[in-house]
Amino acid sequence: MGPASRNATGDSRGWVFVGPAVLWTLAFFVVPFVVMVGYSLWQREGTELVRAWSLANYAGFFDKPHFVEGLVNSLEITALVTVISIVLAYPLAWIIAERVPRRWQRLALLLAILPFWTSYVVRSYAWLLVLSRGGYLNQWLMGAGLIESPLEIAATRIATVTGFVHFFVMLLTLTIYANLVQLSPNYRRAAADLGAGPLRTFWQVILPLTLPGIMVGAFLTFVLCIGDYITPQILGGNNELVLPQIIMLQITRRADFPTAAALSIVLMVVVTLAYIAAARWLRMERV
Amino acid sequence: MKKITLTTLFTIPLVICAGGAIAQEELNALVWCDHTDPGFVEPFEQANNVKVNLKDYEGTGTALSLIEQSQPGDWDVFVVDGIDVPRVVEAGLLAPLPEDALPTADLFPEIVMPENHVIDGKTYAITEKFGYNTISYNSNTVDAADVADISVMWNEKYKDRIAIYDYYLPVMGLVAMSLGIDTADIQESDLPAMRDRLFEMKDVSRQVGEVVSSQTAIATGEVDILVGGGEWVTAGLTSELPHLDWVIPEQGAVRWSQSVGVFADSKKPDLALKFVQYILSPEGQARLATSSCYWAMPANSKAADHLTDQQKKALRWDDQAAYLANAQLYPAPDAELDAKMQDVWTEFLQH
Repeated sequence: MGPASRNATGDSRGWVFVGPAVLWTLAFFVVPFVVMVGYSLWQREGTELVRAWSLANYAGFFDKPHFVEGLVNSLEITALVTVISIVLAYPLAWIIAERVPRRWQRLALLLAILPFWTSYVVRSYAWLLVLSRGGYLNQWLMGAGLIESPLEIAATRIATVTGFVHFFVMLLTLTIYANLVQLSPNYRRAAADLGAGPLRTFWQVILPLTLPGIMVGAFLTFVLCIGDYITPQILGGNNELVLPQIIMLQITRRADFPTAAALSIVLMVVVTLAYIAAARWLRMERV
Repeated sequence: MKKITLTTLFTIPLVICAGGAIAQEELNALVWCDHTDPGFVEPFEQANNVKVNLKDYEGTGTALSLIEQSQPGDWDVFVVDGIDVPRVVEAGLLAPLPEDALPTADLFPEIVMPENHVIDGKTYAITEKFGYNTISYNSNTVDAADVADISVMWNEKYKDRIAIYDYYLPVMGLVAMSLGIDTADIQESDLPAMRDRLFEMKDVSRQVGEVVSSQTAIATGEVDILVGGGEWVTAGLTSELPHLDWVIPEQGAVRWSQSVGVFADSKKPDLALKFVQYILSPEGQARLATSSCYWAMPANSKAADHLTDQQKKALRWDDQAAYLANAQLYPAPDAELDAKMQDVWTEFLQH
């Protein structure tokens, strides 16, 4: 068997291994995506689906300020959630990785992600019980004499962000922790040898080395948060709509799949742009 | 021998189960959530040895998209908003019903609505339940005189204590009535004034929510007033929360109704009609009126014989004549106006 035939055999073996993944991606991503793009170019007129191709649904997005506002709300909430989650998750991950003895770290991680085990919807409604006018938080604050009348937190953006942050802190803690425990202690020793204090060591050595973990978690947070409509629906009280809620309205109220598809493509483009920006800025290929 | 015995042991129950499944007919119904109460559907299933598969939905748009994704013949019975019957008949979804098989004469006359159900001389659906989208309130904290006037919907006195039911048709109907416009006469030119009034309401409201969150909000005391509420929110809660009440303001309220029909493509039209007849029977009507999902008035006046005095009191049975006189039907916009109303509603949510 010559080198050429060995290469051919190698190529075909490669396809055997890669084939299922390619087929999977084709069946569950490429084909549905193409169908969705096709749908977004059709129109719903009354009860009729007009199968004539046009960009009217995309033009409609920019014509209607409440659609654009939905995207702006989505971006603002997602940015807020991502930043707050990172700020809270990093110290938590650091404490688990650096301060908790090795043998207790698994248990600490388990406790940190325990809320993941409850249903997402149930968790959102549970937050409603905590944040509502007569909820536990207001009862406690009033009982402690810190406030005289209940705070209006439920059905606001604060409630939506709180619900999201609770979920995504867990996710970010995992990705940052995984990065932190991989760091060799020699980095710190070398920094100390060179005269760096703990703060400078963290700022100039540890933090840059854990950026990949932060960025992976942040990107997952961004993607999951910007596409979610359940938390804003339950905790936001419909007082401001995010783009996924507007997409759902097109389906449930109008059965307008073409507009819903067009809005979904817009959302997907935004996520893709966010990924490209993050990847370029932080050289995500290192991740 | 041992193999045969084991195989037989495993096979017999399967055959019995399969045989049972074959013997029992199935009926597929696309319904509102009140039909999913086992106490309502089980008597029909047992009496007819049939399994009724119920799929509940909210909003005719959702139902149409479900039907669009189904095969002809998948569905047998359709419960739909009364105002949408002409739309679904036009789409060819419903079959004519034999009039002599329906208890139309027993229905409250105001809710027979032949203009919606009879098309080209054929009856395609019949009203099964009705009620009002009006004002529900906490009688411990809200002045009864305030809720007697429709202006309570934007009354600063109740700022942040008002929830609004998230369904554009009834609430925009109430808004139109507050502006002196009949629900049947809403035009595109009325939308700017309606938008302004909706924005006023949003400024004093606490939240806009669907059925569950609206009910939860008023039941837990998160809000004291629910715009768009009615007996469907509070009647079922009267035994536990007697302070929750509802009222039709002087200016009137919006009347909703749900209708039932048989799908044109149904493969079991006789069984489907039998289910419709059960729903419209006095017993079925009493069960449907007090379904665990929500309570509301039965269309058949003879259901009174099967309701307790307390149930009738919660439904305000004796006040129906006055209520029906002071209520207007849901707005029934054409597709173009409907899309514009939904845009206004989305702007309102975003306000």
